[in-house]
Amino acid sequence: MDIFKIIDQFQQIDGDATGRLEYASRRYFMNKVGSKLASAAIPTAFAAIVNKAFAQSAAAVDVLNYALTLEYLEDEFYKGGLVAANLIPASDKSIFMQIGKHESQHVAFLVKALGAKAIAKPMFDFTYKGAFGDVFTNYKTFVTVSSALEDTGVRAYKGQAGVLIADPQILEYALQVHSVEARHAAVARRLAASLLGMPAMKGWITGKEGAVPAIYAGEENMTQGGVNIKGLASKTDAAVTEAFDEPLTKDAVLAIAGPFIKG
Amino acid sequence: MHTSKKYSSNKAEDERALHVNRRLFLSSAGLTTAFGTILIVTGCTKEDHQIPGMGDAVDLGSGDIGVLNYAYALEQLEAAFYAKVIDSPFSGMTDVEKTILTDIRDHEIVHREFFKAALADKAIKGLTPNFDGIDFGSRTAVLGAAKLFEDTGVAAYNGAGKLIKDPNYLLLAGKIVSVEARHAAVIRDLINPKSADFAGDDIIDLNGMDKAVAPADILAAVKGYVKDTITGANVGK
Repeated sequence: MDIFKIIDQFQQIDGDATGRLEYASRRYFMNKVGSKLASAAIPTAFAAIVNKAFAQSAAAVDVLNYALTLEYLEDEFYKGGLVAANLIPASDKSIFMQIGKHESQHVAFLVKALGAKAIAKPMFDFTYKGAFGDVFTNYKTFVTVSSALEDTGVRAYKGQAGVLIADPQILEYALQVHSVEARHAAVARRLAASLLGMPAMKGWITGKEGAVPAIYAGEENMTQGGVNIKGLASKTDAAVTEAFDEPLTKDAVLAIAGPFIKG
Repeated sequence: MHTSKKYSSNKAEDERALHVNRRLFLSSAGLTTAFGTILIVTGCTKEDHQIPGMGDAVDLGSGDIGVLNYAYALEQLEAAFYAKVIDSPFSGMTDVEKTILTDIRDHEIVHREFFKAALADKAIKGLTPNFDGIDFGSRTAVLGAAKLFEDTGVAAYNGAGKLIKDPNYLLLAGKIVSVEARHAAVIRDLINPKSADFAGDDIIDLNGMDKAVAPADILAAVKGYVKDTITGANVGK
């Protein structure tokens, strides 16, 4: 099963799934387009590439390439952090080696599953156009970005579950990755809380509490299944919001991730 | 092995359930090492010495209602477990541990009450948990059981996702499973701080993926923790 099953499914959708020519030409296309983009247009243009590069293929391919984009980003981020001298203290190395290992595994899995349909790895700017200028020299910044990337990853996968409902096996793989991102997020958040002196920030998301507030919009939602559950079981708003993680649309995620992507 | 259990439809399924049950316990390597005795005893109890009349037969139902009742059943067990953990704290529970375990208790109660309200008259009854095999006075036993419950919850939601037909329910399951995964990571970090165990190689595979386990196998694995006999043969069907 596993990878072969997915590849089979792609080949049913598109018999040319193993074609290498298309892959090479797309790489060229992406480099070309990437180099000409005005920086402000990156999120939109990038979304367009993800959405339209395989417009003839199934929605699942789009979702997997979208996932691959985020996994490339995470993978490169942890590789950068792990090679940076004097960044991650010895006490926390095991945590980030484990997270980094998983992101590499996610990339490898998605690249194999997508075969010729896999998008090329973009170039990244982990300073986020300067906002995180010391990301690989200041451990606090590194952990801040880590917690933000992991929580965004959780929200991104969650937002695509419904799109995959007609592709049960791919849905299951996505869910299996989704919960690993959530494990990462919990640990990264607790590290960030301690390093940044943010005692209200826990492994779970209280309201929209997080080290990079902008990415938590909507996490404070208390309407579940169409019903406002504020006060359910006499629990606090904190507990009610912590008990449910909220999704993000692809557009919202790409707007967040856009400044990390140089093209 | 027995073949006459009323909750199993045939011998092969029964043996498979036993096998998976054992494997699920054994797969948590750290747990087995540290708490093998407790859990293996529990495992034997639930397989071989289930006393008739101690609980009711509970059928989860079919289709999406079955999946929701399945989640409701698991959340009931988790909520009851953490309620007991907070009502009778293990010796030496730190403030940090108490805050974390109280938070988790509240999340599980919110999940339980949410499913109960959502299912309304389709909801299964309140289950009677059986935590006789857990020494609530022992930090090691409590955190070991918490780890098992959280990892099992994650695997259960991951395995149930593809059985859900209504995208709104699928999204709800997604909103909850990541919270269970956060719990699992934090509990694992309490057991072995600052290690790789929060997403350890004992639970995450070589593709960097968590487990996804079918309802029949999950129900077999948690059978020892509930006095009622739960059947979920039609969950998602």
